Amino acid sequence: MSAHISLIQKGRVFVANHSLKPLTPLGHDAPERVTIGPVTITETVSTALASLASRLGREAEVASVAQAAGIPLPGPGKAAFNTPYGSFWLGPEQWMVLAPFASHEDITAHLKPLFGDAASLTEQTDAWVQFDLTGENLPALFELLCSLDSRNMADNTATRSVIEHLGTYVLRRGKDHFTIFGPRSSAASLHHALITAAKSAF
Amino acid sequence: MTQSNRIHGGQIDRSKTIRFTFDGLPYEGHTGDTLASALLANGVRLMGRSFKYHRPRGPIAAGSEEPNAIVELRSGARTEPNTRATVAELFDGLSAQSQNRWPSLRFDALSINDRLSPFFAAGFYYKTFMWPAAFWEKLYEPIIRRAAGLGSLSKQDDPDAYDKGFLHCDLLIIGAGPSGLAAALTAARSGARVILADEDFRMGGRLNAETYMLGNNAGADWAARTVSELASLPNVRLLPRTTVIGAFDHGTYGAVERVSDHLAEPAPGKPRQILWRIYTKRSLLCGGALERPIAFENNDRPGIMLAGALRAYANRWGVAVGRRVAIFTNNDDGLRTAVDLKSKGVDIVAVIDTRPVTTKLPGLNHFQGQVIDTAGRLALKSISVRDAAGQIRVLSVDALGVSGGWNPNLGLTSHHRGRPVWNDSIAAFVPGKDGPAGLTAAGAAAGVFSTHAALTSGAAGATEALRALGFSPAPADLPQAEDAPVSITPFWYVHEGKGRAWVDPQNDVTVKDIKLAHQEGFRSVEHLKRYTTLGMATDQGKTSNTTGLAVMAELTGKSIPETGTTIFRPPHTPVAMGVLAGRARDADFRPKRLTPSHKWASEQGAVFVEVGMWLRGQWFPRQGETTWRQSVDREVLQTRKSVGICDVTTLGKIDIQGTDAGAFLDRVYANTFSTLGVNKVRYGLMLREDGMVMDDGTTARMGQNEFVMTTTTANAVPVFRHLEYCRQVLWPDMDVQLISTTEAWAQYSVAGPNARKLLAKLVDQDISDAALPYMGCQDITVCGGLRARIFRISFSGELAYEIAVPTRYGDAMIRALVEAGREFDAVVYGTEALGVMRVEKGHVAGNELNGQSSALNMGLGKMVSRKKDAIGMPLSARDGMTDPHGYRLVGVKPVDPSKPLTAGTHFVATGKPATAENDGGWLTSVVYSPHLGHSIALGYLKGGEGRKGETLRAVNLLAGTEVEVEIVSPHFIDPEGARLRG
Repeated sequence: MSAHISLIQKGRVFVANHSLKPLTPLGHDAPERVTIGPVTITETVSTALASLASRLGREAEVASVAQAAGIPLPGPGKAAFNTPYGSFWLGPEQWMVLAPFASHEDITAHLKPLFGDAASLTEQTDAWVQFDLTGENLPALFELLCSLDSRNMADNTATRSVIEHLGTYVLRRGKDHFTIFGPRSSAASLHHALITAAKSAF
Repeated sequence: MTQSNRIHGGQIDRSKTIRFTFDGLPYEGHTGDTLASALLANGVRLMGRSFKYHRPRGPIAAGSEEPNAIVELRSGARTEPNTRATVAELFDGLSAQSQNRWPSLRFDALSINDRLSPFFAAGFYYKTFMWPAAFWEKLYEPIIRRAAGLGSLSKQDDPDAYDKGFLHCDLLIIGAGPSGLAAALTAARSGARVILADEDFRMGGRLNAETYMLGNNAGADWAARTVSELASLPNVRLLPRTTVIGAFDHGTYGAVERVSDHLAEPAPGKPRQILWRIYTKRSLLCGGALERPIAFENNDRPGIMLAGALRAYANRWGVAVGRRVAIFTNNDDGLRTAVDLKSKGVDIVAVIDTRPVTTKLPGLNHFQGQVIDTAGRLALKSISVRDAAGQIRVLSVDALGVSGGWNPNLGLTSHHRGRPVWNDSIAAFVPGKDGPAGLTAAGAAAGVFSTHAALTSGAAGATEALRALGFSPAPADLPQAEDAPVSITPFWYVHEGKGRAWVDPQNDVTVKDIKLAHQEGFRSVEHLKRYTTLGMATDQGKTSNTTGLAVMAELTGKSIPETGTTIFRPPHTPVAMGVLAGRARDADFRPKRLTPSHKWASEQGAVFVEVGMWLRGQWFPRQGETTWRQSVDREVLQTRKSVGICDVTTLGKIDIQGTDAGAFLDRVYANTFSTLGVNKVRYGLMLREDGMVMDDGTTARMGQNEFVMTTTTANAVPVFRHLEYCRQVLWPDMDVQLISTTEAWAQYSVAGPNARKLLAKLVDQDISDAALPYMGCQDITVCGGLRARIFRISFSGELAYEIAVPTRYGDAMIRALVEAGREFDAVVYGTEALGVMRVEKGHVAGNELNGQSSALNMGLGKMVSRKKDAIGMPLSARDGMTDPHGYRLVGVKPVDPSKPLTAGTHFVATGKPATAENDGGWLTSVVYSPHLGHSIALGYLKGGEGRKGETLRAVNLLAGTEVEVEIVSPHFIDPEGARLRG
């Protein structure tokens, strides 16, 4: 059963007209940003996430629908960013699709009409905390965090790694920009680990 | 005190004076000094007492192999026992103390042990403290520990932080002496990623300790220039003050970098040390060689040192250990010390060579002979020498340099059980070919001893490794260097004399001890090691192992290779426990998981409990409540009376989609799910392959091909892993896709007679019994349009729902629920109340899902469908699993309601003794039921099915309690389930 959702227009975007106020993963009204030495660690809450997995035998269909919709489906270890959709590889025939939260809060409602029953789509937005790390010499920080060879990563790569005992995805967006997705419930522990490592490294 | 033994030269910065104390007395040294070099410069040679005999000891080495000069550094919480003075970098304000002495280093009461030495020979402990066994722990061990001190702990928390880190390279070069620097130069210019690690704070290895020329430069200057060139290259990482402690699996190495050990305290935020895990494709061991002593009577007095160390103190640190020095050597390298010291103006009294002397060192008293004894209580005063003619001469000296040859520093090559092999030409073990894959050795570590050979073999080792990796290294420009051949005639110990000749000074093992081991039949090297403790101290016998083997070889009449060798294990040198722990300590021991209602719960003063990594509200005390029972009883009673709210987000949620999702669930659950209607929920029981229950939970069908499975909190990850294994490995032909959504949704249970009324205020759709019957579920919206899910399921036995919203709205949702519940006096309840209500209702949880219980044991045997195949089905029917007299879940209550029950208590039949053969089962979960006013329990009882109404004894032998109990139905409340269908 699909429920009726009342929407109101905010600028050019329609959003649900409910009375509930969100909290950031770190438990505040507004996201946190902290700068330590050359690195700035930003809690990012403006990304909507959904997992996309091709149903068995429907892989080609998924690829062509995605292409038509401008949703990149990069290969293993890769990430790609278009507007409004970006994505990174999770496993064989499985991706995490990213979109702006402001316009795509109910991201699966946007994607399901495109893919129909050719793909399994699951909302993942609030399963993760996103930290964006910007600044110079980021590998000096990463080498205190995880076993990734961050000095050797190319732009637009994404990989699973363990940071502070937590399963995370680490994306290199550019030389001076990495993104970490970690489990939302442990956002505070992960944030503490990032800050501790930054103070140690810089 | 002045630095009376400081001479000219060396790589210390005399413009910088460092003040430090040793045993409370103030001294001065310079930047570039170690604690040992600075003390020696001040004429202090006595630095410690030996382990067993409390003999006065000074350093014998100038590096990490030091067995004697073991001291305590710093004070207060930073006190660090068992540190080698020879590698402790001097800093301003350093306070160092000697250890293993009382009341003072110069007068140590326990040096009485030295007089009693005949009683402390090898095997002393085994022979003496055999009985009674009970005395060992309480009496003998404390006494021995007191006597054989190993420093003392501050017993305060370490105020410093330690990091862990990860590095990657193509080539790891271990050691930055001539071979390591030549290898690094070669590798650096090829463009490969290189890490060069060295335990010293000044890279260069022996080049810093020798007077060799490299081309037109002093060796130390060439080393310094090379290091600065390497430092400027982006593909080279220099790690000074870093010891590679072990070769581990798959090309990984452990290394400890002492980031702040040379500072009074670390800079804010900076670690004291870092434990690096280095991932490398190839590695080159350039660890150099360690000199070994010759054993002779009383060879352990302060002032008796390895000849190479004597030379290093003079050349690198500008320190003359003594002013009247003798040398005792069996090889040409020992002669260098005499030449170097003489050139520094030190009086060389004699050069005693064990070999026939055909060419005398010019201008020196160089003759064949042996040192047969020494004198001097707290420091060396004289030595007795028998020359080749048999004459005994007593020479007044204050220092003696001893060289018995050099052992390649090959410990790392043994870390994968590689066995060193004997090389006669240098009379030493060299690395075998069975070392860790990808690790080769070069320079002195490979038994190649001249400087020229070290440079060329380092370059060749790097070239070979890099070519194998596909690089094209060009030869580095290597300078001309000395290329003297090794000239050694093995000589291990002086046979003359009846006193003790030390082989392993750190563990006080003498030649006599080895002879005793031989006499008593402990002749294999492994037995020798354990019986005498040779090489088992913190130095791992770096200076003593080979000599010990050689003595045993001589006694058994075998060659050294026939005698064999023990091997080395990680860590190469002692490692502080703190760096192994890293940042994982105290509150940061492991990450925490916070529930969506955490902020609200904290504001309410909730008492939290750790459930795995989760912090869950255990109960929510209100003003006036002084015990946890008052809070929990209130939460339970009010939920059953009106309505209660509980954060159940921690339960695992797995999104299962695909055209085969239903069929997939039929295979992973013991009961059937493919027949479940859309918008319906069913309780599922998951078995392991062996037929035991793995997990339970409800699974909701949200669409034809969409299910949401819930798991227990503890098994969220194991179940997800299991399902992925089933999907990817067992049945890759099924159309099923999985992803965890545990964290994506904030989920709250709303339970009690007023649950529907409360939720109706928030849910935008109709949730009447007709619209949402028991075990129904729906996609809904709440609070005016927020997407949400509702499940009508009950763990408490009450009319109950679980409602889920995107996690970011979880905080707002709990506040909305509490606000909407105000008119019903709604309570928020914690895990304790949750536990009470599930036991009252007879639901199994973690204590019953113990991995050893079947569905039949839990009274859920009928759920195991025999109409289909599923994981665990075949083995759930095996012998023993279907035993009608096996354990069954029962309810238990005390016959006398005032008697409390205890979980873990065992059932014993009335009149039978409480012994194992009369054990009838146990109480798994016990709670106080405020509803019934007494303790109630669930338990596993043998043949429990037909035993309702029986009375048994519940015996707890540990607590010494016994309660008479009655066996009842496990459903204490509403057994017909009328409430939850209401």
